[in-house]
Amino acid sequence: MCGIAGIIYADANGGREVGSDITRMLQSMKHRGPDSTGYALFGPSSGSYVMRFTLADANDPRDFEFADRIKRNRFLVEQRLWRYGAQIHDLEEETEYAFRVTFDYDGDLKQLADLVEDVPGAEVLSLGHALEIIKDLGDAESVATQYDLGGFRGTHGIGHVRMATESDVDISGAHPYWAYPFNDVAVVHNGQLTNYFQWKRRLERSGHRFNSECDSEIIAVYLAEKMSDGASLEDAMRDSLEELDGVFTYIAVTEDALGVAKDEMAAKPLVLYEGDDMVALASEEIAIRAVLDREIDTYDPFEGEVMVWQR
Amino acid sequence: MAAVGEGRITYDARGLAEPAAEAPRVAEVDGDRATFDARDLSTRLINLELRRLLYEEGVTDVTVENPGAKHSIGVGILTRCRITFAGSLGYFGCGLIDGPEVQITGRVGWSACENMMSGVVTVAGNAGSLTGAALRGGDVVVHGRVGARSGIDQKGGTIIVGGDAGMMTGFMMQRGRMILCGNVGHGLGDSMYDGTIYVGGTVASLGVDCVPGEWTDADTEFVERKFRIHGLGSPPELQKFVCGKKLYNYDNLEPSERKLVL
Repeated sequence: MCGIAGIIYADANGGREVGSDITRMLQSMKHRGPDSTGYALFGPSSGSYVMRFTLADANDPRDFEFADRIKRNRFLVEQRLWRYGAQIHDLEEETEYAFRVTFDYDGDLKQLADLVEDVPGAEVLSLGHALEIIKDLGDAESVATQYDLGGFRGTHGIGHVRMATESDVDISGAHPYWAYPFNDVAVVHNGQLTNYFQWKRRLERSGHRFNSECDSEIIAVYLAEKMSDGASLEDAMRDSLEELDGVFTYIAVTEDALGVAKDEMAAKPLVLYEGDDMVALASEEIAIRAVLDREIDTYDPFEGEVMVWQR
Repeated sequence: MAAVGEGRITYDARGLAEPAAEAPRVAEVDGDRATFDARDLSTRLINLELRRLLYEEGVTDVTVENPGAKHSIGVGILTRCRITFAGSLGYFGCGLIDGPEVQITGRVGWSACENMMSGVVTVAGNAGSLTGAALRGGDVVVHGRVGARSGIDQKGGTIIVGGDAGMMTGFMMQRGRMILCGNVGHGLGDSMYDGTIYVGGTVASLGVDCVPGEWTDADTEFVERKFRIHGLGSPPELQKFVCGKKLYNYDNLEPSERKLVL
């Protein structure tokens, strides 16, 4: 079933508590997907890059070598970043297997991401100036606590609670998906894509890599590739209604925009609130009410609709 | 619902255990009227309180404040009464009801009034997809717009929509009537067996076997009467759509009647 949510604030110059807002939204939809929870949050951009990566999955067995292996591989990541010209400011250990690193870099992002992912067990969850993807197993409250998201301030964000249906319950299968190797683009999706393999092969032939077996991953890369060819987010999303088959509602975010697309069959729900202070959207209204404790006017976008809000 | 030892454990719509699933008895009762605040109550507790008031206390007019778009509220009420939801309902609101007159001051989510047998449900705001799915009787009045596949498998009653309607509205409709004042999406009345759909705005496309129908005085009388009953003013100019009867050739017999005839 899965549940998706997004929020973009009108006056986010100083940053709003997007981490706790998305957590409340996702926790209220826990019943739609208790397997894993994920966030794509946009914090204030400092001009440096921020990268989130994992060196193991939450499910991986904790053998005697586990801690040493993580330590060794973390060192390898740091070494590769330095070697290829990244000036590391900070490398934080979020959990025993998840890390956040900030750095300055003016080289090729794809090459850098590939080098990091060449380290055994490494997966880059996000890379950008403001985008940070956090995902793990469990419900929103447990993930937010684990990664201390209560204090995360930012401009906009999206989230996802997953009920795994077509791929494994692990971090790789959790949403959101970063549009590797394009910075600051991410997607959450509720639905199924029926021409997934066709698009996966097509994008792989263009040089993109996929870390999961989840159909949702291609949406992010599909959009980012379109945008890198000059399309706006809205145009790319409109194209997706024609080119992606299946039933889907997805939310996409870039550094300065948030958009939603609903397929021609409108089989996956979405409720929308547009106010002066924010736009909030979710699979269920109950999630929007988790952050707006007042009577509000909401509606469901119709089939085939694409809507984009700029920050 | 599961039984564990001597105590019964029940679960709310989110699958969370509610060991003490008894009516919370929080309503303020004044004669045949009652009001309670649902803000901190789960779906199950809201419905238990509603049923306690209507079936045990003899209350006939209940106001539920702050329903908070929770799911499956007000379902299975089988008595004539008046219920006001001061706020919005989530999915599956007011399903399987038989008799109540319900006012919803906010909006409703997907599948509102599913399998409703009789009564009136009035929604001040918008409604989600599948509104009035398998409706058997009564009136559903939505002042705003409705999502896709509203009136799917409708078997009776009337759905009135003040705004636009999504795609496949009236899909596989069997009987009853829909009055859609706004624009309608693609596939209107697709595969409908019978029934009548009135549309005030534009129709993106007709579904398979849905065709324009001939307007009669009975249509005028019906539409005007419904608008009068629900205080909706003058009806807009409407087009009528019916089943072309080319796709399926079903009779109008109930299964039990068909058994007797055949």
